[in-house]
Amino acid sequence: MVSHNTADEVAAAPAPAQSQVVDSRESLAVWCSGLTKRFGRRDAVRSVSMEVRRGEVVGLLGANGAGKTTLIKMMLGLVRPDAGEVMLLGQPGTDPMSRLRVGYLPELFRYQPWLSAKEVLKLHGQLAYTQQSADDRLELLRMVGLQDRAADRVGGFSKGMQQRLGLAVALVGDPDLIVLDEPTSALDPLGRVEVRDLVLSLRERGVAVLLNSHLIGEVERVCDRVVILDHGRVVASGTLAELLGQRKVTLRLNNVTERAHERLRASGHVEHEQDGYTVTLPDGSSDGEVGTDTFDSADAEVSRLVADLVGLGVHVYGVERSRISLEDRLLGILRAGADSHAARDEAS
Amino acid sequence: MKATTAARPSTSVAMVRSIFTIALLTLHEATRKRVIWALLVLSVLMLTLSAWGFSQLPGMDTSMGHLTSGQSRLLASELLNLVMFGMSMIVALGTAFLAGPTLGGELESGVSLAMVARPVHRSSVLVGKWLGLVIFGSVYICLAGLAQMVVVRVTVSYWPPSPMLALGLLALETIVLLTLALLLSSLISPLASGITTVGLFGATWVAGVVGGIGAALNNDGVARVGTVSAMLLPTDGLWRGAMHAIQDPNALIQLGGASEGFPFVSTSSLSAAYFTWVVLWIVIALTLCLVSFRRRAI
Repeated sequence: MVSHNTADEVAAAPAPAQSQVVDSRESLAVWCSGLTKRFGRRDAVRSVSMEVRRGEVVGLLGANGAGKTTLIKMMLGLVRPDAGEVMLLGQPGTDPMSRLRVGYLPELFRYQPWLSAKEVLKLHGQLAYTQQSADDRLELLRMVGLQDRAADRVGGFSKGMQQRLGLAVALVGDPDLIVLDEPTSALDPLGRVEVRDLVLSLRERGVAVLLNSHLIGEVERVCDRVVILDHGRVVASGTLAELLGQRKVTLRLNNVTERAHERLRASGHVEHEQDGYTVTLPDGSSDGEVGTDTFDSADAEVSRLVADLVGLGVHVYGVERSRISLEDRLLGILRAGADSHAARDEAS
Repeated sequence: MKATTAARPSTSVAMVRSIFTIALLTLHEATRKRVIWALLVLSVLMLTLSAWGFSQLPGMDTSMGHLTSGQSRLLASELLNLVMFGMSMIVALGTAFLAGPTLGGELESGVSLAMVARPVHRSSVLVGKWLGLVIFGSVYICLAGLAQMVVVRVTVSYWPPSPMLALGLLALETIVLLTLALLLSSLISPLASGITTVGLFGATWVAGVVGGIGAALNNDGVARVGTVSAMLLPTDGLWRGAMHAIQDPNALIQLGGASEGFPFVSTSSLSAAYFTWVVLWIVIALTLCLVSFRRRAI
């Protein structure tokens, strides 16, 4: 099942009926409904509803200016929504205490340059009403690889080090929800892997994570669910299995007759380049979880296709199956969105 | 990550705790940014120079002959007003350029993002910063002002009639200025807010002098310039109250009618009504700042 909503269907909550969502919103890490924000004449976020369950890692994807950071800021009380409602860890977002066990790494990570790294952690510990010892602070810094710079002023840190410090700050107070806005934008490849491992370890401990990242591979590896925003609206959402349900098969063929072409088209959308024929199998042809090797209906369809092609006299000398990547899926959605916007602009 | 999260504090306890955390942070910022050291150097320089100057007054040879001890004390009381004005200007500059960056600068740079996303009310952040600046500015002006009075006492044996009132009014003047700087920094850039605050401080002082000249010349229109400016920004009104508490009461008798036109003599003490207005002015400015800060997207 793919919950690829149209632009008019904005709810990014997973399949459960609305009444169930409303009933359980107190138990969710994040619940927001109808969030809307307008800056001047521009709609930044348009009636977005979504949720993050406790212990779940949710990826927020979208092009630049899609409204991801504004949405996050509205959730955290940094931007006042024009309409809509937020609940964090079961408490109304309008109450600052709802953020008692919420960690946040902003996209623009800046900390008091005149404080040392451990002083920044101490400050955030105080603001989060956390009993924190010097050892706790060192442990946090060790987790992000800054244990040797604990006493150094933040003003002398590189961007990458400041982002690492931001991760440590987000972990202050043993949070139940962590919001990471582009957490690896200034990190080297090793740092990115460390962040990925950190997010996975948080998930293991039952911490909910909302991850906004342009690095699709990063999202694909760690997220349970993905929400895609375009022009301020939720345009698709679901588990990776739901979103990436479509599968492709690339066949290397010779002697392809018109009847063989028709047979290929009967299996799905066909792209053809020299002797390579890529068939995108329809959504319904997959029911397996991502990463499983079960013999599902897509496998059966590929077997039938190959048998029929051979029967039609086609020389089949290569069959390669693959899943549509999240990147392909995202690009497909965003391009479709851009086309419909362009068509709408033209019509108006 | 073994830190334990304290039980959720009540709203009022949480607000008080976060206000004090932010106030201490602001004081910390003042020392780390070396504003305090810059002010100390300037003040020590001013104290040293004024000590030397005041020590030259007794027995000074003038065109009217040697100054008597009474004349020296009278002159010292006027010069003390002048030096204290310099001192209050140093503090005005210091607090104005500290208040702007501490709020507006953090909003611009993004430092506020992680802080305001904590379980703190925005009003706690603002009041905490204001309180930190109030403590910093008030303690500084009181210590520096007291040191200056001691210098004059030692050199020319002059002691102001109401030193505590004078220091209190100077502290209040500092509070008015830093509140203005905070308000402006929530609306315009930190640098612009610092410059505007200092500019308004100077303009109000000039308006006060112009008003004094108008009063001396019995020109109501010109005199009203000083009255209106003292209402719009009470720094000059407070300064005149402080001067009255510092100067020798004989100065008014000696200068007679001309005293109103003289910028470093104050003809009257601060009224209770004006004092009430100053307190109200601070509350209004802080409330406006709070409204602006609460509505602002961070």
